[in-house]
Amino acid sequence: MRRQLQTMRKSLFDQGYLDEQFVQLEELQDDANPNFVEEVVTLYYRDSGRIILNIEQALERKPFDFNKLDAYMHQFKGSSSSIGAKKVKAESTLFREYCRSRNGEGCMRTFQQLKKEYATLRRKLEAYFQLARQAGPVETACRPK
Amino acid sequence: MVLLESGFSSPRNDVFPAGLRVLVVDDDPTWLKILEKMLKKCSYEVTTCGLARDALNLLRERKDGYDIVISDVNMPDMDGFKLLEHVGLEMDLPVIMMSVDGETSRVMKGVQHGACDYLLKPIRMKELRNIWQHVFRKKIHEVRDIESLEGIESIQMTRSGCDLFDDGHFLGGDDTTSGRKRKDADNKHEDRDLSDPSSTKKARVIWTVDLHQKFVKAVNQIGFDKVGPKKILDLMNIPRLTRENVASHLQKYRLYLSRLQKESDIKNSFIGMKHSDPPNNSTASFGLHKPSNTMPDDVLNGTYSFPVNNSLVQTVDVKGQGDRHGIASVPVAEPKGALSKDIPDSHKTKSSQMSFDHYSLGSAASGVSFASFGSTTQARYSWTEIPEIQSKVEYEPVQPENGFNQLPLPEPSMIEKEVNRSRTEVKPLFDEYRSNLVGHSSPADLVDLFPGQSKNQTLKNQVFDPISATKSSIKTKDISQNCLADSEFAKRNLNAAGREVTLASLPEDLQIFWLQGDGYPMNIALQNFDFPEYNDPALIDETPFYSYDAPRLDHEHLFDPTEYYAIDQGLFV
Repeated sequence: MRRQLQTMRKSLFDQGYLDEQFVQLEELQDDANPNFVEEVVTLYYRDSGRIILNIEQALERKPFDFNKLDAYMHQFKGSSSSIGAKKVKAESTLFREYCRSRNGEGCMRTFQQLKKEYATLRRKLEAYFQLARQAGPVETACRPK
Repeated sequence: MVLLESGFSSPRNDVFPAGLRVLVVDDDPTWLKILEKMLKKCSYEVTTCGLARDALNLLRERKDGYDIVISDVNMPDMDGFKLLEHVGLEMDLPVIMMSVDGETSRVMKGVQHGACDYLLKPIRMKELRNIWQHVFRKKIHEVRDIESLEGIESIQMTRSGCDLFDDGHFLGGDDTTSGRKRKDADNKHEDRDLSDPSSTKKARVIWTVDLHQKFVKAVNQIGFDKVGPKKILDLMNIPRLTRENVASHLQKYRLYLSRLQKESDIKNSFIGMKHSDPPNNSTASFGLHKPSNTMPDDVLNGTYSFPVNNSLVQTVDVKGQGDRHGIASVPVAEPKGALSKDIPDSHKTKSSQMSFDHYSLGSAASGVSFASFGSTTQARYSWTEIPEIQSKVEYEPVQPENGFNQLPLPEPSMIEKEVNRSRTEVKPLFDEYRSNLVGHSSPADLVDLFPGQSKNQTLKNQVFDPISATKSSIKTKDISQNCLADSEFAKRNLNAAGREVTLASLPEDLQIFWLQGDGYPMNIALQNFDFPEYNDPALIDETPFYSYDAPRLDHEHLFDPTEYYAIDQGLFV
């Protein structure tokens, strides 16, 4: 099971879903906060979900308020950077660029892609944490970098 | 940056940077959680905040409760840059900005607004580990600001302290008077010399009584808890006065107040007096207001106004002093409470006051035993005896008769003359003064200062012939008046005594007052006093303190009675 966990973890990095920040979170995990990483990820999804909703609503209002959209995405990007959500972050950056160039179409497209990545990552992390819990706390804490 | 902490939490200076008190402000809960964990791993003390508004409230509530602020640039309720400005101005803390946006223009804006660093998200642990350097840097700069002043002050303090001891406890009598005078004179002279050299380092601001009063006024206006150098500076509106000047002065003031507080505590415990803080005094009105509420007696007021040495007080570094805590918030309260409480009843509770004074003096006077303090200050106290005082600042502490038994009023003769009544009155002043002073560096100094002052106060009420006449009527009501009178008296005395108005001689009461008054450093003798944040309005009101405020840093004028008088009038009236 541990090997499984390690493999899963590795693939998340290799496939570009997660970046170095995730490792930082893992390093912060200790006896005082044995489930720190999972807690942070949970918090992220809860809070960022709110922002996603805001953006969706903003995209339904025509014409687009690009400044507002940009502001939302800025917020979302910052949040995503906290857990090292690499792909999601990339989409956020792209979205902001479209906002700046006032490209509504580009925004919409990018946003869809972003949501996809966002959901995929969530699934993968959920599976990961579930496995980690089964494997035992030691496993996750001693994960080699 | 506060070198010493206030009552809330104190930085662990001994293991710096561990224990660094960080306030993190970010609307993103995920980041808040992560940063909190990261900072804790750095052994820092973390407080998190989701709103800029809350952050400012926290900062204002706990002055000196934090060492550094880390804030995100984008926040819903307030622009991060705005928060940055506020923090810099009001609290003068180092602020680090964070953002996921690393655009040069943004970073530049951050720096322009005063950020000492700009971090890009995602933030690494190692970046947070080094934030202490900003705190340290600020401390160094601040220290530099005041160290020249402090250097002199500390010297004075030492001297004063020595004087106090040397002079012995005035419990007995006025024998020390002359000795003291001499000493004081010497000290004064020395102090003067000391102050000169420092001037070469930087333009030193001489915190005259007047200036200090303005300072105190500003502090009170802002609210002691919310005070910050910039705010004060703005309120004071003095050209050429820099924020650094105010910052260091504020620091001293705080220390002074805390010292007062401490002393009052000691005194109280020692004497068993209970100082009831004057209802409002405490904080505020340092010196400027009339603590009248609590201090029924002029005495209190009088003592209060003992700004004793504004300039002198400089040395007293009230701020930060940990022990100040108690005082910090109530710097005034402490001394004031004690003093005013005690003193107000000067007429009636003289004795209590006396004790108080003793108390305050004792505690304040670093090492000066209260008992002795009384004696030392006593010399000063003899203010009440105005006539006596003139000859020398050393007033014998208001004689115990008045209730200041504890205070060794050394100058019985002086005091006697005055009038017993005045004595008692003076005592309270002295006590207060002393208490105030106590906090500061040289209680003795304070005492000296006050004596005149306190005396004035009390004297005003009664004794001072010229003043007392007026004062007496004022006595209870218009402390300021007393102050004036006292100040006048003090001034006179001061002149006569030269700088000798050592706090030591000042009855504790005076000291207390002194301290209370917004930590208005009793320049006079207290050069060393840091103004504890003495917001004892009550005390302050009494102000004669101010009159004493010898703004001169160079200690030359510890008390310039004439000055004080004028000031008092101006201020209190």
